[in-house]
Amino acid sequence: MEFLTDNIYYIGAFGLIFIGLFIILVKHNLIKVIIGLGILDTGINLFLIAIGYINNGTAPIFSKPGLEAGNMVDPVPQALVLTSIVIGVAILALALSLAIRLYKHYGSLDLRKIKEQRW
Amino acid sequence: MKKIISLILLFIICLGIIFCLQKIPFGAAKTKVGNYYIDNGREETGAANIVTSVVLNYRGFDTLGEVTILFLAAMGLGTVLATLQKKDKRQIEQASLILKTGCRFLFPLILLFGAYIFFHGHLTPGGGFQGGAIIASAFLLVYLGCRGRKINETGSKLTESIGGLVFLIMGLIGLTLGGHYFLSNFIPKGEINTLFSAGIIPIIYIAIGLKVGSELTGIIDNLMEKS
Repeated sequence: MEFLTDNIYYIGAFGLIFIGLFIILVKHNLIKVIIGLGILDTGINLFLIAIGYINNGTAPIFSKPGLEAGNMVDPVPQALVLTSIVIGVAILALALSLAIRLYKHYGSLDLRKIKEQRW
Repeated sequence: MKKIISLILLFIICLGIIFCLQKIPFGAAKTKVGNYYIDNGREETGAANIVTSVVLNYRGFDTLGEVTILFLAAMGLGTVLATLQKKDKRQIEQASLILKTGCRFLFPLILLFGAYIFFHGHLTPGGGFQGGAIIASAFLLVYLGCRGRKINETGSKLTESIGGLVFLIMGLIGLTLGGHYFLSNFIPKGEINTLFSAGIIPIIYIAIGLKVGSELTGIIDNLMEKS
């Protein structure tokens, strides 16, 4: 039980990552695969943020006097995740546009019916 | 069969991750570079928000790459969808009066909120990317609520280009005047925790906010029109 409460953010993040990976590997519908990509992306962002956390820390912003520098969480993963979220949105939009083109070309989003996409 | 193979694969990955994460307990101390940024970030950049000073000052070059990736993705989306012939005019069902009036009322307020987010990027949580996303959401509201209205494409492209150019030019001026690295500060830093502080950071965040807002609006426009 203590293991669960200590590592709940890691467990949640990897839960999301594995759900996303499982969807990508198993589902046949292209839209569902893209949704899986989004869930995977969210899980990775959550994991990066959880790595930067320190116990009882505050956000790394000196917005009012009296905040101690030693008590703040690591700003580097947060800056990285800021980058990662924007790129995730861009990649999702690009993937959706490719899905639109595939649907126009093959008349279906089922990956078993699209010849070059079968595995 | 495929499901079983996938589950076995995921299980192997899971075991590997558990072994790795035993060395990094949750809530442990910061990295050295993180400590340096928190201890010296205020004096060196003048921004109260350390994340902003990392994104735009210490790692400003990375942010340029990020903006480029967003630009490339928007361009790619436009290219992929460009050859689709426009749909013949479908019946656009007009929204009700309440929805239309609500859109018109909310649109300037959401724009104002987005502008607030990127003007205050160096003081509060937020910044150019978040503010740009909020501005794009205002345009999405118009696209969904008031059917038939469209953005001015030339204006959107112009805003985007000006945003990108301001970012590059500020970086190059910093390279020549301020110091020996890209995006170094050449404007007086001012008093910390006030609106006019932190040198070039607010200027660049305004440019990024406009650029991201118009880019995401362009993506929404492409996806709504062509599909």
